Amino acid sequence: MDGALSLPLLVLGLPFAAFLALALVAPLRRAGRLAGGVSIAASGAALLCALVVWSDGTRADATWAWIPADGGPMATVGLLVDPLSSAMLVLVTLVSLLVQVYSLAYLHDERAPSLGRYYTYQSLFAFSMLGLVLAPTFIQMFVFWELVGLCSYLLIGYWYERPSAANAAVKAFWITKLGDLGFIVGIVMLWSATGTFEFQALFARAQEHALAIEGLGTIMFLIYLGAVGKSAQFPLHVWLPDAMEGPTPVSALIHAATMVTAGVFLVTRVQPLFVLVPDVLALVGAVGAFTALLAASMACVESDIKRVLAYSTVSQLGYMMAAAGAGAPYASFLHLLTHGVFKALLFLGAGAVIHAVGTNDIFRMGGLFRALPQTGIVFIVGTLALAGVPPLAGFFSKEAILAGVWEADMTWSFAMLALTVFLTAFYMFRVVFLAFFGRAHAAGHPHEPPWAMRGPLWLLAALTVLIGLRLGLAGGGEHHGPAWLAPVSVALAAGGIALAWATYQRGVVDPARLSAVFPVSAIDFLARRRYGLDALYAGLYRGFILGFSRLIGWIDRYLVDGLLNFVSAWTLRGGDLLRRTQSGRPQDYVYGVAFGVLFLLVWAQWWSR
Amino acid sequence: MNLNAYLTLAALVFAIGLFGVLTRRNAVGILLGIELMLNAVNINLVAFARFHGDLAGVIFALFTIAITVAEVAVGLAIVIVIFRVRRTVEADRLDLLRG
Repeated sequence: MDGALSLPLLVLGLPFAAFLALALVAPLRRAGRLAGGVSIAASGAALLCALVVWSDGTRADATWAWIPADGGPMATVGLLVDPLSSAMLVLVTLVSLLVQVYSLAYLHDERAPSLGRYYTYQSLFAFSMLGLVLAPTFIQMFVFWELVGLCSYLLIGYWYERPSAANAAVKAFWITKLGDLGFIVGIVMLWSATGTFEFQALFARAQEHALAIEGLGTIMFLIYLGAVGKSAQFPLHVWLPDAMEGPTPVSALIHAATMVTAGVFLVTRVQPLFVLVPDVLALVGAVGAFTALLAASMACVESDIKRVLAYSTVSQLGYMMAAAGAGAPYASFLHLLTHGVFKALLFLGAGAVIHAVGTNDIFRMGGLFRALPQTGIVFIVGTLALAGVPPLAGFFSKEAILAGVWEADMTWSFAMLALTVFLTAFYMFRVVFLAFFGRAHAAGHPHEPPWAMRGPLWLLAALTVLIGLRLGLAGGGEHHGPAWLAPVSVALAAGGIALAWATYQRGVVDPARLSAVFPVSAIDFLARRRYGLDALYAGLYRGFILGFSRLIGWIDRYLVDGLLNFVSAWTLRGGDLLRRTQSGRPQDYVYGVAFGVLFLLVWAQWWSR
Repeated sequence: MNLNAYLTLAALVFAIGLFGVLTRRNAVGILLGIELMLNAVNINLVAFARFHGDLAGVIFALFTIAITVAEVAVGLAIVIVIFRVRRTVEADRLDLLRG
């Protein structure tokens, strides 16, 4: 094996080895913190390898035969290392490592065996996500795609004793499966049309214009469905806010920085194929922009700090999809990376706040900046980055997305995204002003979290600033857009911040009266009911799936079981009737014998001839 | 006297024996009925031996008598044991084999 491959293999193998050790060696897993140590060590080593791979600019593409068939293997597995996947490798291993260190302090009250279970899942997740990123074929990607879905399910339901967590886990699994169904059908259709799962082979054919397949649009749409489910795009976004039932570090890792971006990564990865079908690409962009706006409006009325962040994640994923749809995969991927860093920061910061005050409700927090100055500072850094304030990381990537969408002449999408910039600044600073400033509601004495939690927070905050400065010095990427774009977007963000300040800090604007003005009141009414989508899904589930299940149940109970029960019941009845002929009295049997002989005699005498 | 007379007598004795077996409630009475039926058979055997001039029938009758004695001995012994255990020899009460 050549050297270019050994390091990526090590990145992939280390978390897997940790997972195997924890899963198979029960005493190690039950040791709790020691299990965490194993997992953290594996992630740390993987991060170092990933950094080397990334800084070397390694490029490698190796495949091995997997499913043998006549005339070459039917499917292959392998590793595809290019700038795209090595950047993802760094992001995944970095956030994974920080989250695992953070969890050590965040989950210190857990019993040792369940902490070991947590780190087993974490290692499995790291392995699966890295495998997804490195996949050179559709089918391998799908396998890891499902594995990360499984880890997400397991970690959302980590506190499975709580019914709400168990339900949220099932909901997340179901709804993402809906999208995955499209994904696998799309993959198989593409394979039956082209005979290969490999990205590079497909891209080569696309470049030579040799990929004129009947129904490529349908195929790409089906593959996009997988991304819709995983990346929580409208209308399958409903699982992500509920996924906040999991531990906060899990939300930071899986439901903000890495797994949910898999859909965006997929669209970016197979961009050469999406380019062939402009209609689907336009749909991707429009749905992304719409998702961004819809989720932002729901974030404005949410009072649970984690759910606000969840809606903002949905919204930012919408941004990434919009950029991918507008033909700006670079901007999309840049936003994926920066968002991964500052959203993980925000979630971990929210975790520190929840850790300190013991509630998720922002209306029951307040004045926390005095008690938690360090958490407050890093949270505000993350918020500014998310709101798109220069020179932080979020500004440049969001700028690039807006420029890309503008240049693609998608006016409606651009308008929605620009409005979302305003809403993003508003709802994030609503959280900041309600939680960190104003009057203190919190009972007890909130205190700064231990260093295991503060360390990752400071590191992520520093990265947010440093990436921003680096992007600023480099000129902010290839998409610049018109000159008025940057001032306008900063003005929108500042407007949002000012409105939040006036409403929740100064009290100049009464929130109740603000939400009573006409267009706001209608949106407020709908957003508080989540636009009826959860109710719609619940209704569909009850009406359609449960109705169908009841029909099947009826057939099973009354037709299949009924037939068997009928036969067995009549066998029993027949036996019971015949039983009575056995009276036990000898004379009755003699009667039988005598009349039998008589009958035989009579029969032999007269009827037999 | 022709053969039919003997056969008619044997049939009558058999029918009386069968009637006894079927109607008696006492186990000893049932055994008596069985004896009558067996002796009806003996009459048949002896009659056929006499009219066909074949001694095999007589020898069969002798066997039957011997077996009947043994049967009665065993049967009465069983009845006595049943009486000791159940304090009754009423056939209607002895229905342990009822289904």
